[in-house]
Amino acid sequence: MTVTQHDLAVPNTRSPSRGGRNFEKTSWIFMRASGLVLVLLVLGHLLIMNVLDGGVQRINFAFVAGRWSSPFWQLWDLTVLWLAMLHGTNGLRVIINDYARSGKTRFWLRGVLYTASAATIILGTLVIFTFDPNLA
Amino acid sequence: MASVGTLYRGDISMWSWVAQRITGVAVLFFLYVHVLDTALVRVSPAAYDDVIASYKTPLVNFMEVGLVGAVLFHALNGLRVIAVDFWGKGTRYQKQMLWTIVAVWVLIMVPATYFMTLHTIQALFGSTP
Ligand code: HEM
Repeated sequence: MTVTQHDLAVPNTRSPSRGGRNFEKTSWIFMRASGLVLVLLVLGHLLIMNVLDGGVQRINFAFVAGRWSSPFWQLWDLTVLWLAMLHGTNGLRVIINDYARSGKTRFWLRGVLYTASAATIILGTLVIFTFDPNLA
Repeated sequence: MASVGTLYRGDISMWSWVAQRITGVAVLFFLYVHVLDTALVRVSPAAYDDVIASYKTPLVNFMEVGLVGAVLFHALNGLRVIAVDFWGKGTRYQKQMLWTIVAVWVLIMVPATYFMTLHTIQALFGSTP
């Protein structure tokens, strides 16, 4: 499907004809590239945590401690956290651009979105890196 | 005057776009909650085990099946969108691909639902051991 600049509800996007980098195009490519990686990482996460070997019933603090003793799973979870948050946040940014009618509404909705997402990414990253299996 | 042209009525494929939006936002909102509940591993093992216990209740367990279904649809339809964008014949086969991903979704969700709710079904309806 070809979407021309004219069709986009996004305000003030730079015209590609000016050359150089175009944020909306980068965002479009990012949605697809991150989506491809997330297929493996997210569906793998859901399969392991919810379906295999007893699913959610076997999950507790000790399970997390065992899992995060491996750098492989730490890196897996860190990558899902960052990619899914950025992909989802960028997706919702586009949706806000589509529906918010006034610049003021758009400004505030984006502000709330970016704040919530930044806080969640920072919190999640800290949790993965500072996890303490011997916490009493 | 006829109402033709005043209201866009896409065919079935339009609904796949609507579903992509709704599932994407729903999964994002769940992700906020999920990072928060997992963060309780930094508070205490008991605090974490308590919140995870709620995931094991029948109601949340069934909601979790819904979440898995939403993510799976979004992922499969996302792959279809990527195929439409980058594969030369993608646009021509977009509807066939839609039915394909719906079939794949059903084929995966049947066993996934079975394994995910096995414990809940036994707890609700099974005889006591
Ligand atoms: C599992 C693999 C995933 C794939 C293959 C995938 C793929 C895609 C694609 C291709 C789009 C369309 C982008 C566009 O139209 O420009 C999209 C949109 C979106 N995705 Fe994902 N995605 C995945 C996971 C996720 C996750 C985990 C989240 C939530 C955190 C998410 C949230 C969204 C949102 C909010 C949108 C915007 C929908 C819209 O603009 O209509 N996606 N995704």
